[in-house]
Amino acid sequence: MRITVTVDGVDYSDEVEPRTLLVHHLRERLGKTGTVVGCDTGNCGACTVHLDGHSVKSCAVLAVQANGREVTTVEGLARDGLLHPVQQAFHDNHALQCGFCTPGMIMQAIDLLADDPDPDEDAVRHGLEGNLCRCTGYQNVVRAVRDAARRMSPGAGPDVERVDERAVVERAPLHTGGGE
Amino acid sequence: MTATAEPEVGRARRRKEDARLITGATRWTDNIQLAGMLHMAVLRSPVAHARITSVDVTAAVRMPGVLDVLTGSDLADEQGSLPCAWPITEDMLAPPAPSIAVDEVNFAGEAVALVIARTAYEAHDALAAIDVDYEDLPVVLDMAAAIEDGADLVHPDLGTNKSATWVFDSAEAGTGTDVDRAVASGEVVVERTFRQQRLIPAFMEPRSVVVDPTSDSATMWSSTQVPHVLRWMLSAVLGIPEHKLRVIAPDVGGGFGGKLQVTPEEVLTLLVARRLGKPVKWTESRTESMLCAHHGRDQVQRITLAARADGTVTGLKVDLLADMGAYLRLVSPGVPILGAFMFNAIYKFPAYRFTCTNVFTNKTPTDAYRGAGRPEATFAIERIMDELAAELGVDPLKLRQRNWIRHEDFPFTTVSGLTYDSGNYEAATARAVELFGYDALRAEQDERRANGDPVQLGIGISTYTEMCGLAPSRVLGALRYAAGGWEHAAIRMLPTGKVELVTGTSPHGQGHETAWSQIVADRLGVPFEDVEVLHGDTQVSHRGMDSYGSRSLAVGGTAVVLAADKVLAKARTVAAHLMECSADDVEFTSGTFSVRGTSTTMALGDVVVAAHVAHDLPDGVEPGLDAEATFDPTDFSYPHGTHLCATEVDTQTGRVRIRSYVCVDDVGKVVNPLIVEGQVHGGVAQGIAQALYEEAVHDEGGTLTTATLADYLVPSAVDLPWFTTDRTETPAESNPLGVKGVGEAGTIASTPAVVNAIVDAVRHMGVTDVEMPCTPMRVWKALQGRTAVTPATGGVHGSIDARGGAG
Repeated sequence: MRITVTVDGVDYSDEVEPRTLLVHHLRERLGKTGTVVGCDTGNCGACTVHLDGHSVKSCAVLAVQANGREVTTVEGLARDGLLHPVQQAFHDNHALQCGFCTPGMIMQAIDLLADDPDPDEDAVRHGLEGNLCRCTGYQNVVRAVRDAARRMSPGAGPDVERVDERAVVERAPLHTGGGE
Repeated sequence: MTATAEPEVGRARRRKEDARLITGATRWTDNIQLAGMLHMAVLRSPVAHARITSVDVTAAVRMPGVLDVLTGSDLADEQGSLPCAWPITEDMLAPPAPSIAVDEVNFAGEAVALVIARTAYEAHDALAAIDVDYEDLPVVLDMAAAIEDGADLVHPDLGTNKSATWVFDSAEAGTGTDVDRAVASGEVVVERTFRQQRLIPAFMEPRSVVVDPTSDSATMWSSTQVPHVLRWMLSAVLGIPEHKLRVIAPDVGGGFGGKLQVTPEEVLTLLVARRLGKPVKWTESRTESMLCAHHGRDQVQRITLAARADGTVTGLKVDLLADMGAYLRLVSPGVPILGAFMFNAIYKFPAYRFTCTNVFTNKTPTDAYRGAGRPEATFAIERIMDELAAELGVDPLKLRQRNWIRHEDFPFTTVSGLTYDSGNYEAATARAVELFGYDALRAEQDERRANGDPVQLGIGISTYTEMCGLAPSRVLGALRYAAGGWEHAAIRMLPTGKVELVTGTSPHGQGHETAWSQIVADRLGVPFEDVEVLHGDTQVSHRGMDSYGSRSLAVGGTAVVLAADKVLAKARTVAAHLMECSADDVEFTSGTFSVRGTSTTMALGDVVVAAHVAHDLPDGVEPGLDAEATFDPTDFSYPHGTHLCATEVDTQTGRVRIRSYVCVDDVGKVVNPLIVEGQVHGGVAQGIAQALYEEAVHDEGGTLTTATLADYLVPSAVDLPWFTTDRTETPAESNPLGVKGVGEAGTIASTPAVVNAIVDAVRHMGVTDVEMPCTPMRVWKALQGRTAVTPATGGVHGSIDARGGAG
């Protein structure tokens, strides 16, 4: 059947099999390979995108269900060459290693911050419960989301955009044991 | 050329890799679309052990979009046997390991037929139309039963389920005394059996392979940790000339040892693409990944520790059964052997014997998983040190202090024959104790015990070391490993002063593009941004031993240093010529050569151009400054650290909550503290996952019942605590960077810290062990004193240790 979906601001009209999953439509037909597939049971969240502004796992949505609706993927976040504050915070806080879960994690984090602009650690952890990461142990993801919240808060001035490379060193003070 | 303002090494540089990963501009293997590309799907055996009596593909071939359906007999003549590169003993038994089963299946999930179709959907549709008849064979699942006389056999041709037995004895090796005598005369002897449950690496990116066959050659993209090893092995197994094969590991979404393999699917995709003359893609589903990508751990460890009454350990005996699964994969047999050198850990034990029997079962093959042999060893020794402490009634920290190697004892040759170059266990432990608030937590523990609080507090200790920086090639050879452990780097000095660094390591999340750039920037005095790191393509990086075993920085990073030094040595000669002075008078600082005692200077960039255009070079000097180097370490490196875990155990429900987790690791010098901290976080998370959540469970028929992420509990953000991390820094002596490796440290250290904390919380209630993963049900059962829970096949709830479980 024919569907029209707006993805990252572009309208696409395609003939799809009714059983086609949204994530496969995005990846295989539209070339939106920034969104990835990590499992087939809806557990990992790697395929998370926004459908009309809310996060969905695109492996659990049929392409036909997106007909006439607007999809935003991780590829549609940066504006005029500037990263979204959540993308920037993930980079600044080393919230990714292999990066496979990252597109879904970022999309879910944005959705979380829309609901709760100033989440505490616990709220971030629960908000990201449906997105698995095997590399980071989540600690820097939590840091990144809270950092992004700070950057996105009303009245946040240029100072919050500043990255201090020393911050991480100070956060984990180095104690030199020495071998001699 | 701009000099760097401050040293790059040691700086918390944000990663270069992130730019593509946070914007979705990634290059995963499954992203690749080639004109005319076909899709392969694999039909897998639903049974663990059976004879294939017939495979009917007639209906499948007629399905829409299907180009071909292939079975084992179609490929039997060309598939060869998957390689095992680590025959640990001369008489090791290794059955042929087909990529696709021909007449017999030996584990549930083994490939039985292939569909090649126009789309992945069509290929999967056709799988359902293939009709396979199986004649059941007896299923072998339990290792102890498998090695009894008269046991059913996985491979009847071998006549036994034992693949090999490997022994190290300190008296025979001359590294220590006789362990039997030590045990016989021990004033205290503690014996325990621990089970290392089977785990699944569960990297986030499912494996994917694309093969593009062009004329007589082929290009393979694969989600692999080991493109170089893969090319070599594919060529050896299939007889394809190596120079006609190019292997590319593009962006790879995690590995943890799970992608250190030559997989059946890589072989099959290659064979099919060559047969059809078209590009072919195979991408696994998560369930396929759980079923067929190799598993990890799965050992039964019988540990005997003898000591004097004052706590001085006099001997350690280790008897292992290690489950190989149905076949030997790339390094399967060697994984438990890597642990052989680590059971004695940080301690000065005088006598030691290690015996390991590798056993076949009808399960998915096991192989390397983060730590590979060393987490198992560390778990056993750190658990039993706690048991000894309990037996003696001393603080487990004090028992460790009594036995560990003191910092002034380095270099120290251990009872297993390794020489540790450096370390400072006292410093790391003191810092951990301070950050943890050890004494206050002990006081709270006493209070909760006295009050009979339903939630009890436990403190777990893990003081670990590990051997990494794999590895000195000579040592690997002595251990009968088929490959070397060196690493290669090449530096290309481009005429505009930019630098391309080619590395033989193959990162898949570790941040080599960033860290290697920092090393080059420091060494050559060029800006960090001017360095491009190239890797993971055998056509670009032709020599390499890839990434695993916490080796990349200690070995590959050192190769980078050596290559840079060669560039500088030649540049110095050219600069001396151009500045008309002796090379001995040339100094090099921050990217600029100068003549000692004069104001004459020349930037490296100018020397690069001069060497490139070659208008005026000294006689006999070739144009260009490019250089390459291969580093083969003389020894392993030995990171160490102290991890402390406080758990709250709800004695009414068995629920465990990690209240605080402190780790102080000594990984030597650090190139990028941001990346190191991230590695520790992720490593600790995986070790905690083994302690609390993860287990590959098979039912009595050998079917994996945890084949989705709904059943196999990879922890989410709510399942893990906040980690307090810190470092001490004792430089390694075995490489010029002084680095030791950090990839596996957290995983090696954390599992025993957590389990020790759980047992410590409820030891006063009669519990001396809880089998992993320490689920609420297992903890609760241990608290009910139920020792007599019969372990089901593959282990379910309850302990297999008659002396453990609930004490």
